[in-house]
Amino acid sequence: MCGIVGIYLKSKKFEKSLGGMLSKMLVSMESRGPDSAGFAIYNSDKNKTYKYSICLNEMSFEKFKKEIKKKVKFSSIEKNSDHIILKSIEKPNKILPILESYEKISLVGYGKSIEIFKQVGSPSNVVKKFNLDNFSGTHAIGHTRMATESAITTNGSHPYSTGEDECLVHNGSLSNHNNLRRKLKKNGSKFNSENDTEVAAGYISDSLKNRNLKQTLKKGLNELDGFYTFIAGTHSGFAVLRDEIACKPAVIAETKDYVAICSEFQAMAHMPNVNNAKIFEPEPGIVYSWGK
Amino acid sequence: MNLDLKKLKLRSVNEKLQNIDRKKNKRDFVISNPEGNHAICAGLTENIEVTIKGHVGYYCAGMNQNANIVVDGNVGTGVAENMMSGKVHVKGNASQSAGATAHGGTLIIDGDTSSRCGISMKGIDIIVKGSVGHMSAFMAQSGNLVVFGNAGEALGDSLYETNIYVKGKVKSLGADCEEKKMDKKHKSKLKELLKKAGSNIKPDQFKRYGSARKLYNFNIDNVSNY
Repeated sequence: MCGIVGIYLKSKKFEKSLGGMLSKMLVSMESRGPDSAGFAIYNSDKNKTYKYSICLNEMSFEKFKKEIKKKVKFSSIEKNSDHIILKSIEKPNKILPILESYEKISLVGYGKSIEIFKQVGSPSNVVKKFNLDNFSGTHAIGHTRMATESAITTNGSHPYSTGEDECLVHNGSLSNHNNLRRKLKKNGSKFNSENDTEVAAGYISDSLKNRNLKQTLKKGLNELDGFYTFIAGTHSGFAVLRDEIACKPAVIAETKDYVAICSEFQAMAHMPNVNNAKIFEPEPGIVYSWGK
Repeated sequence: MNLDLKKLKLRSVNEKLQNIDRKKNKRDFVISNPEGNHAICAGLTENIEVTIKGHVGYYCAGMNQNANIVVDGNVGTGVAENMMSGKVHVKGNASQSAGATAHGGTLIIDGDTSSRCGISMKGIDIIVKGSVGHMSAFMAQSGNLVVFGNAGEALGDSLYETNIYVKGKVKSLGADCEEKKMDKKHKSKLKELLKKAGSNIKPDQFKRYGSARKLYNFNIDNVSNY
């Protein structure tokens, strides 16, 4: 099972209500994924500041703040439940090793526009916990998980981000993830869980070094073995891909204002003017993308 | 009678339609605001007319007997799955496994269907005015599948005795499916089906596909085809 959802806004009209719309989608997909939920929301500040999304796990906010102050120059540090967003103009190659030195915390994503929040528990609790309704942005991706092949933990929750402003949600399962993980590790990729989707995210990030997202996903058709519907996000938009057997569902609705993708239509039934949208299923093995 | 799914619970709407009082003369129902709910109109048994105004989720009109159901929108996975009799008409597109395992009745889809349309069908007539996706009529046993548009990969894989009529292009045929001669009896049956769907297209424009009957019984020479 698992439920995946995404919204890409074509006009500015709904930017303020993006969080609210995504929140309804996630709650509606609770039946497909009651174990954990997460979302990535893109809101470009158009400056040089990086946003580091961190899950504190057991570490106290005060303690972390006190310690990180000594090591990193940052412009703000905001707490949202057990996650924090650290804003700094310092580049990832400097910050990431510092954050990795903390064993207790998990870096869930970073980039100039992405913020990621994910946690175990029912989707309705997770969206409430992080106040998703109050978020605004240009595009967003979400996931509700029914755990199958790895544990129900924050690190086992989607979306997965293994590169700057990149993230991936996945409905399905991969069968060659162990082999692929070994290969990617040799090339320098790092992984925090035994999860198959994290490997796919790592694969995409690795491949994006030499290709654009569309080419990367096309190549992935030959190298990722298993069942999947993917939504892969970047700073400018997202792309959708289903494997060639296409057992895992997806439906897309497109209007002049937005593109919405969900595992089931009921998750987007609340979207404005959706009954007049162009509604279609992405065809197997074809990459659909919006944004640059 | 209007049944608004924004005000009523899905279960109460289905219960009402499943337990029609024959003494009363109410035979027409309209369901509004379906909002992608699953299993709308599943398990109906009486000769009633139901119109659903909007897009619906999975297994709409599943196991239908006798009822005449019109969906003014798109349908999700497994519309009219295991239908026994009656008629289901979808005015939009259908997702995968439309009419799966259905024994009888008629399913008309004005738009396209995605993969596995008519999988394991056992006697239903399915008429798709658009195109069908890959693996359609997989292991189909009897009944007719009529496609006005194109068919995706592996049409009629491991087919038994269903007749498949396609007007457009077939991307590829599945194992043990082959093009067959269109006899007089096939033409007249197809004419009857086209009339049912309100179409004037001539049966001559279709090609017929059926089982080569080589995989019915295990034969070691065919092992690579199983």
